[in-house]
Formats: sequence, C-alpha cells, structure tokens
Amino acid sequence: MLRISHVSKTFNPGTVNEKQALRDINLHLEPEDFVTIIGGNGAGKSTTLNMIAGVYPIDCGTIFLDGLNISRQPEYKRAALLGRVFQDPMMGTAANMQIVENLALAHRRGRRRGLKWGVTKEEKEVFYGELKRLGLGLEDRMTSKVGLLSGGQRQALTLLMATLQKPRLLLLDEHTAALDPRTAKKVLNLTEEIIAEEKLTALMVTHNMKDAIRLGNRLVMMHEGHIIYDVRGEEKKKLTVEDLMKKFEDASGGEFANDRMILTD
Amino acid sequence: MGVLFAIQGAISQGILWGIMALGVYLTYRILDVADLTVDGSFALGGCTCAALITAGVNPYLAVLVSIITGMAAGFITGVLHTKCEIPAILAGILTQIGLYSINLRIMGRSNTPLLKVPTIFKGLTGLTGLSQNWVSLIVGLIFTAVLISFLYWFFGTEIGSAIRATGNNENMVRSLGMNTNTHKVLGLAISNGLVALSGALVTQSQGYADVKQGTGAIVIGLASIIIGEVIFGKKSSFGVKLVSVVVGSVIYRIIVAVVLQMGLNTDDLKLLTAILVAAALTVPVLLGKRRQASSYDPMTGGQTGKGGE
Repeated sequence: MLRISHVSKTFNPGTVNEKQALRDINLHLEPEDFVTIIGGNGAGKSTTLNMIAGVYPIDCGTIFLDGLNISRQPEYKRAALLGRVFQDPMMGTAANMQIVENLALAHRRGRRRGLKWGVTKEEKEVFYGELKRLGLGLEDRMTSKVGLLSGGQRQALTLLMATLQKPRLLLLDEHTAALDPRTAKKVLNLTEEIIAEEKLTALMVTHNMKDAIRLGNRLVMMHEGHIIYDVRGEEKKKLTVEDLMKKFEDASGGEFANDRMILTD
Repeated sequence: MGVLFAIQGAISQGILWGIMALGVYLTYRILDVADLTVDGSFALGGCTCAALITAGVNPYLAVLVSIITGMAAGFITGVLHTKCEIPAILAGILTQIGLYSINLRIMGRSNTPLLKVPTIFKGLTGLTGLSQNWVSLIVGLIFTAVLISFLYWFFGTEIGSAIRATGNNENMVRSLGMNTNTHKVLGLAISNGLVALSGALVTQSQGYADVKQGTGAIVIGLASIIIGEVIFGKKSSFGVKLVSVVVGSVIYRIIVAVVLQMGLNTDDLKLLTAILVAAALTVPVLLGKRRQASSYDPMTGGQTGKGGE
C-alpha cells in the first residue's frame, strides 16, 4: 500500500536554523490500515504527512504508494491518489466559491479538466445526498459561499471533499485541533464513519492520546524525527494513556510533562 | 453642447477601454495578482495593429493578431512568475519594460498614424453613414457583449472554475490535483489578450498608435473596477460584476471628459487618475473605521475612554 523507506528531511541545512525534521523514517501500511500518529511538538508528525503529499521535496529515501514511486512527483500529481484534510479549516476550501463549486472541484480530483460545465446537474444531486449525510444542514445551502461557514462546517466539508473521489490514502493532519471540543467530536465521528464505510487507508496525526488509542487499528509514536513506537491489533487495543506517557517519558527523558499532549483529555 | 459632445465621445472611448479593464479584472480580482504587464500589452496591441494595417493587412485580421501578441506577453509574465519564481509585480514590470523596446521595433518609430489606410471604424462609417462616434459605440458594445458572454461561460467551465479557485486558495487547488502554475499562466495570457484587443480597437478608433499609449493603463483599469464596485456593490453575481467593470470604465471617461471641459490641463490627468483611485480605495476603509468607532459608544453604554466628550 504505502511504503516509506529511509526518508530523511532537514530544513534550512547549513544555517543556525537547521532542523532535522525526519531521520531515516521507515513505515509500511497495509490496505485498510487506519494509523494514528502521536508525538510532541516538532516530532515530525506533520512533516511525515507533508512528505507523503509532496509539499516539500525529501532529501533521500523513497515513497511508494500502491506500487507507484511518488518520491519525486510534484504535489499536484500525487494529489490524484491522496485525500487531505488540514489542521487549519481555511486551508482545504475556497472561501469565495459556493459549497457546490468546491465539491465539484474535489469531485474531479485526478481527472482531466476541460471546457465542460464546472458543475453538472447529476453532480448536484449526488452532492445533495452527501451533504445530507454530514447532518449539518449544508444540503440546503449549496449555493452559499464557503466563507460563510463555521470552522467545523468547513472541516466537515473538507473531509467530504477529500473522500468524494475515493483516495488510495487519506491524510488527516490534526484536522480537529482547531475546533471546539463538541465540533471536534462530531468531525471525528464523521471521520471514523467515512473511513469504515469506504474502507479507506488512513494516516491521522493527533495530539489527543485517547483518540489515538480509541481510533484505528495501529498507533505510531514519533519523537525528534524518529518513529519510536509502532503497535497494532490486540496490543494496541490494550494500551492505556499511562502506557503511552511512560513510553514517551522514556524516549524524551522526562521533558514530556511540559508538552500540551498531557493537557488534552 | 460641448460637454454633451464630449460625453458621447467619452462613452464610446469608455467602452473600448472597458475591454482593457476586463482584462485587469481577471488578474486583479479573479487571480488575485497585480499584473503590471498591462501598460506594455495595451501599447503592444495598438502598435501591432497599426503596423499590420499600414503594411496592408485587413483591420479585423490585425486585431486578431494583436490579441495573440497580447496573450504571448501574458504568457511570458506568467512563466517569469511561476517557473522562475519572480514575484508577480516584478515579473509584470519586466515584461512591460521589455515590451517598450519591442513596440518600437514593431512600428520602427514611436508613432504611427492611420490616416490613409482602412480601419474597422472608417469601413463601418462609410457603410452605415453613421458618425464615427456612433460607430465606435456600436462596435465597442458588440465586442464587449461577446467578450462578457465568453468570460461568463469560460469561468463556469471546469478549467475556469479551477482558475477562480487558484486565485482563492492555491493550497486547496494543488491538494485537489491541479497545477496552479498552469492556471496562472493561462489567466495572465487571457487577461493580456483582452488588454491588447482593447489597445488595437482604441488605436483604430483614435487613428494612430503611440508607443506610450499604454502608460497608466493599469491604473485606469483599477479605477474602472473600483468605480464599478462602488456603484454595483461587491456582492453582485459574476455576470453583473463583468458588466460593472465596463460601466466603471465609461464613468471614468465621463469624469475625465467633464473635468477637461471645466478647464483641467491634460498634463494633470494622470495625477487626477491616481488621486481618484487612491481616494476610492481609502474611502471604504475610513468609513468602516468610523462605523466601528461610532458603534463603540452606544454598545459600551457611553463609558468610553475619552472622558468629557
């Protein structure tokens, strides 16, 4: 499915701001794996997702997705295979365009775009049904500008856009971190539902240890650009927040107590 | 009577220049790029058209070639901006400066009169018996109607929607599998094609091309957009917005005609335009601040920091 081998990335090499974000990352995902990634600030969680998506070029190593070498492909080409939801609700949607226009753009991910009309009648019907499933009442506001929606609504819409065209891999980068607890829960439930229904392979970065344990079939912990812990199946199900904190303290030498992970329940 | 005659001329000029303003609208409002190629590509359209007509080419065909040269100019700015990663404003200035020399090369001199050669307007004046002003007006209206319909259709298509999204949220567009660089280059090419078309029509209508005829065009384009927005509001539909740009251009020309009739020196015209645009951009900001300030007192129950007022 996804095979990351020996990938490293250093930002600002040779300057005082040099930062080794990823050090020899190796990760292999099976089809329908739903992996949660946790770790402190600067551990390399988001960088891992950005490397897969091609936001920055990697320094070395290879990334294969479904047998396809995407290591050096530009971001927009890999996007045909990927669905992405970002931490910032503003990043995944076009504020000045209608809900239906945003969905139509997402519906054509990975396809050639020509001079056909941007939104077809059949699509509008499909989108109506999909929006209704979100349960946010957006199906009655299809021609509203996305900029009028709340952060949670925009994030739910981005999630729908990322999965409208079934992605080979869904990348969720702390996509509920900017939302209030109630909305975050709702968006997270939707995420779980969609991943299960569509049988998606997904990578989800989170700061919330309970969510990391509760969701998915596999958990990866990162620290200072390394993967320091990787559990799955029964072993993962038995994990507790205390286990994770212990693991983390061992790796980071006690500095963990200052991290904001401990604050999120 | 002088004023009325001047205003009639202003309306037909405003419509022909309005096509240029439509081009500026594409980059400034849709792509969210300030493209300074415009001054150069407007003159490029005029110079190419004049050179071709004096060489015996059909005036309609000359306009078509002008559009293509304008699109090429926009393409160059687009490549400088996207492939060479030069900031958009600088990329536009580079093309604009380069075009000055190219325009001189095209005409072989700085000014080409179109006195004893056919133009679209002369041809139609002879054919219909209408005055030059009326012909300019009708030709301008036909061109504008066709172009607005074309733009309305184009920005509703898959590619057009993608270009609009690029001006809105590049990050999203890339994450949905589209090459934003292609959209920017395409948008700049179409925009400058429109600008050059406007330059070619203005040249034929005024009867000469001048290498300096594009100076300040970008500011006039911005003035037209802003005047249009002041009148029609910012929340109108896309089709109305396109129409409002042309209406803005006409109103700009009427303002110019009126102040010139009132005795303003033509040398001061560019200063007036600059002040007009600066004022039009400043007024909404100041009004917003005043509204904020005036609603503070009642909402805070009169307990403001400025005691004694």
